[in-house]
Amino acid sequence: MKGFLFIGLAVWAATASAWAGEYNLVIDQTTVDITGRERTAVTINGAVPGPALRWREGEEVTLHVTNRLDEPTSIHWHGVIVPNSMDGVPGISFEHIHPGGTFTYRFTVKQSGTYWYHSHSGLQEQSGMYSPLLIDPAKPEPFRYDREYVVMLSDWTDEHPDRVLAKLKKQSGYYNFHKPTVVDFFRDIGKKGWRETLSDRLAWGRMRMDPTDIADVTGYTYTFLINGQPPEANWTALFKPGERVRLRFINAASMTYFDLRIPGLKMEVVQADGQDTEPVAVDEFRIAVSETYDVIVAPQEDRAYTIFAEAMDRSGYARGTLAPRTGIEAPIPAMRPRPVRTMADMGMAEGAHGMASKSPAQEKETTMPEMDHDGPGDMGAMPGMDHGAMNQEPGHAMPGMAESTEPPTVMHGPDTHGKGNSMVAMMPRSRLAEPGAGLEHTGTRVLAYTDLRAREPGYDRRPPEREIELHLTGNMDRYIWGFNGKKYSESEPIPMRYGERLRVVLVNDTMMEHPLHLHGMWMELENGNGEHNPRKFTINVKPGERLSFLMTADALGAWPFHCHLGYHMAAGMMAHAVVSEHGAEAH
Amino acid sequence: MANVSDVIHGIVRFGTVLLMAVLALAWRAEPAAADEPSDEPTYVTFVEADQFEYRARKGNDAFGWEAQGWVGGDYDKVWFKTRGEDVVNGGATDAELQLLYSRTVSAFWDVQAGARYDVKPNPSRGYAVLGVQGLAPYFFEVDAAAFVSDEGDVSARLEAEYDLLITQRLIAKPSVEVNVALQEVEELGLGSGVTEVEAELRLRYEIVREVAPYVGVSWETKVGPTADMARRNGQDVDDVAFVAGLRAWF
Repeated sequence: MKGFLFIGLAVWAATASAWAGEYNLVIDQTTVDITGRERTAVTINGAVPGPALRWREGEEVTLHVTNRLDEPTSIHWHGVIVPNSMDGVPGISFEHIHPGGTFTYRFTVKQSGTYWYHSHSGLQEQSGMYSPLLIDPAKPEPFRYDREYVVMLSDWTDEHPDRVLAKLKKQSGYYNFHKPTVVDFFRDIGKKGWRETLSDRLAWGRMRMDPTDIADVTGYTYTFLINGQPPEANWTALFKPGERVRLRFINAASMTYFDLRIPGLKMEVVQADGQDTEPVAVDEFRIAVSETYDVIVAPQEDRAYTIFAEAMDRSGYARGTLAPRTGIEAPIPAMRPRPVRTMADMGMAEGAHGMASKSPAQEKETTMPEMDHDGPGDMGAMPGMDHGAMNQEPGHAMPGMAESTEPPTVMHGPDTHGKGNSMVAMMPRSRLAEPGAGLEHTGTRVLAYTDLRAREPGYDRRPPEREIELHLTGNMDRYIWGFNGKKYSESEPIPMRYGERLRVVLVNDTMMEHPLHLHGMWMELENGNGEHNPRKFTINVKPGERLSFLMTADALGAWPFHCHLGYHMAAGMMAHAVVSEHGAEAH
Repeated sequence: MANVSDVIHGIVRFGTVLLMAVLALAWRAEPAAADEPSDEPTYVTFVEADQFEYRARKGNDAFGWEAQGWVGGDYDKVWFKTRGEDVVNGGATDAELQLLYSRTVSAFWDVQAGARYDVKPNPSRGYAVLGVQGLAPYFFEVDAAAFVSDEGDVSARLEAEYDLLITQRLIAKPSVEVNVALQEVEELGLGSGVTEVEAELRLRYEIVREVAPYVGVSWETKVGPTADMARRNGQDVDDVAFVAGLRAWF
């Protein structure tokens, strides 16, 4: 009897591991009408977004991807740990999928959660080539819900993405219609007085930076979508009052960060980047490009709720509705004021009045010596100020965490990263406890990175053996982006030894947010939770920020590490790690 | 007829420089294979007609233009610059054309070298050009260049302009230009030292970023020995023009 049971279990185990799915995906050009004008999208199985794939942890998936375009294509399984040759990055993990050709991806799924898949060729993703990817866990999840929906956010433009990029190269502020004007100048004088207004204008002018530069590509050309639907189409998800509804948010936008809220409902964040986190109830969260967050909401009332996703620069929004039945809607909230960049975003001490005019730290061509000489004084003023900024809203920083998430301020070194970079963050600091630009004073509970605490401890508890420091750099004016001042085409691979435990320090020397995505391996964000640091596939780095993550180089091969803003990557903000048995010694 | 042969000579010379510049660019930029991840898959082409306008002034109204553009990648480009005017009554044309190789040397600055050819009624001239162009602190667009003519004369020109946003689409652009000659050039009516100073203001409305009609005023004056020479020849020293035109780029 016992033997029989054993055999039964073995058979069950065999079938479980033999979960195997076969999927056919066809990449083609499809005419779509999103804005009232017909445009050609690059689609997966004829739709934007493409079909949601649903896999099971442990499943061996086989995916036949056929290219019906007249140009090469590729599919990358975003956030999914796959063998190198299945990662789908042209020129790095495989050649590409030829026009008319079919490539078969085959691998075993070793994780669960909310992910997505998209083209990694040119700017095809912007043209509509993205789809949700859900992986059901082998073990039950530690939370309960009655129904679930995918909420895939994206940004659509009627322009050809190549033209958008060309415009940015010619005039980087092309899509910004909120630049500082003479009218603003006089309004600011009324509010702040002429002295502060003038010194502020002069400080930004001296740096040749624009404080209104929140997004490179804006609602001027973008229509913001939920599951492919513009705001007017009002994508609607149904619920019964009292039900717990799981919403799987995926930001598949090329350039747009969204601030997400459902007025009237608390959102319980249960997963980030597909990984279980200790539940945290928030009113709002910012989702960086390419991140995923799973939240559970429990609407009690028999009424509609608006799912409101404001673009970070407030140039538009995506909107959907949670409703007990179709055809009803809730009010659409007003968009809140646009954020502006601050001296903290420039990697300078925050709130030090007069400092802006006194210490143009970024004016590297003419004032390097002055900077050195101004530096120590400012540095002395830093820690206190830092502290104040971090803890100004006690609800946002978890108690006892502030200390461990505030590494000592590290001054930027003398390297200004050459002509590919137009500023350096002199005093970059941790900003993990901050919800982000424009969300500081909402009066609501906004998710911050310090809120993310992994449910399970990380599997590799070794301390890092080696540290790699990478600076995120850019030349806004010329629209060139990179790491350490180098575009991808100019960069050298980052060697890693197989099995090596690493700390990667990221310093954002630009005044833009960058969602950094590592292929093939997890990044454990050092946010003060020790063994419970959350592991992520995308880490958003705020302007002027210095943060770090730990990783184990447990996957052989060449793996891209890049900014997931489509045009930043296309303009050079990509590097690649090469994991080999010998690591750097081979070089 | 001598003029015509000068023009032909100039075109041939200019064509040679163009060819050399294009070859230099092709050699430098080495475009990547189309299927590799690349940050410079294609060259960008930029053409901007900054001034394309009617100039109304006492006695000699004219049609004038100033345009520039480039073809290239992030750090290496071939630039062209042209300016000139065609006087409505009198037919006198002066036109200048520059072709430059441009190399980015720092975050905000390019060094440019190449050739300039002036098609003037009399006499036309070729020049070698060495300049810098870029964005100075406080957002001043600066273009400074030195010229050596085929006669060996040395001159220089400094231009600076600024976009003052009144609203997001209504933009005032003040600009100044200072011309300097190292020596007297009798034929061209240039004395040594500062020869000409120009100050202009244009107010444009950007219907879209690329297209903006504008009105403006331009004042230029000859200075020092150059002014003296003009007076001796019975020419005006100062010149005020009201302008209206269209700015466009693509």
